[in-house]
Amino acid sequence: MLELEVILIFMIVAAVMAMEIEDLLSSVIALGAVGIGLTLEFLILRAPDLAITQLVVEILSLIILIRATVGRDVSPVKTGIKWGYFAFALLFVSVFLWFSYQAIMGLPSFGSPIMKVGSEYISEGVRWTHATNIVSAIILDFRGYDTLGEATVLFTSVVGVVAVLRMVGKKR
Amino acid sequence: MKEQGMSLIVKRVTKITVSLIFLFGVYIVLHGHISPGGGFAGGVIIALSFIHLVLAFGKETALKRLSEAAASVIESLGGLFFWGIGLLGLFAGGVFFINVLPKGRPFDLFSSGSILLSNVAIAMKVGAGLFAIFIAMAVLRIPVDEGDKQKR
Repeated sequence: MLELEVILIFMIVAAVMAMEIEDLLSSVIALGAVGIGLTLEFLILRAPDLAITQLVVEILSLIILIRATVGRDVSPVKTGIKWGYFAFALLFVSVFLWFSYQAIMGLPSFGSPIMKVGSEYISEGVRWTHATNIVSAIILDFRGYDTLGEATVLFTSVVGVVAVLRMVGKKR
Repeated sequence: MKEQGMSLIVKRVTKITVSLIFLFGVYIVLHGHISPGGGFAGGVIIALSFIHLVLAFGKETALKRLSEAAASVIESLGGLFFWGIGLLGLFAGGVFFINVLPKGRPFDLFSSGSILLSNVAIAMKVGAGLFAIFIAMAVLRIPVDEGDKQKR
């Protein structure tokens, strides 16, 4: 899959640009390019559910980030490279890459579930739930309890954001 | 501060497109068990249609349609609705989140029992919750900013 790797390289370049570019708005747009690249990756890997979700969440977060950065007075700060930190970062990245290489080599090959549960979901999912979108069948029927926990996480985060950023106090 | 929102062109185009975006979100939610999509993606698209209104017309017009308090009420209702679907499975079928509703034929819109209802609940929760986050983070500015704006 050549196009997969081309888009991956594009995403890495855009991510480095997002970190290194001086203008804050350009940095946000480079971050958006990373997200759109991820959407294309999901499409190539044949996961349209994830692609749709990634695309719309990316647009939402881009709008919020642009609203937060436009019109702010942000002057760039010049910092040189600190070689000690750089060496530590290199060390940690290489350790991380080594462990993730070991982990990825232990995975089953692409698209072949080795567990009985996953195979049953794929072969019997439509017969049991009558839902032809198997992703919905899994997250809302077989794994509904997980999704309830996920909804609780989202609820907690919304409560946190609104409580912290609310400006007017309640009238007594 | 007299003229809120963006220019006339943006407002005209928004009047046409915003309802289409909303309708597309509802379509994604209701067909979540048939085609790709589902409650989360559809809910975010519905939230984006309201955010579109906020960006084009300013916050007063949009908050008249869906105020922040209403958004938080809808979000809580969505969470309770989803939880109630789980409890329905517990009391009617004996297992939490078991699918006890009639399942219908595959590829029908009203099929697959509780999955359709769960999608609607998740969409209410996600859409209203993300709209509330947007309102809190991007529209309600802190007073320091307002001072800056008046100086400019």
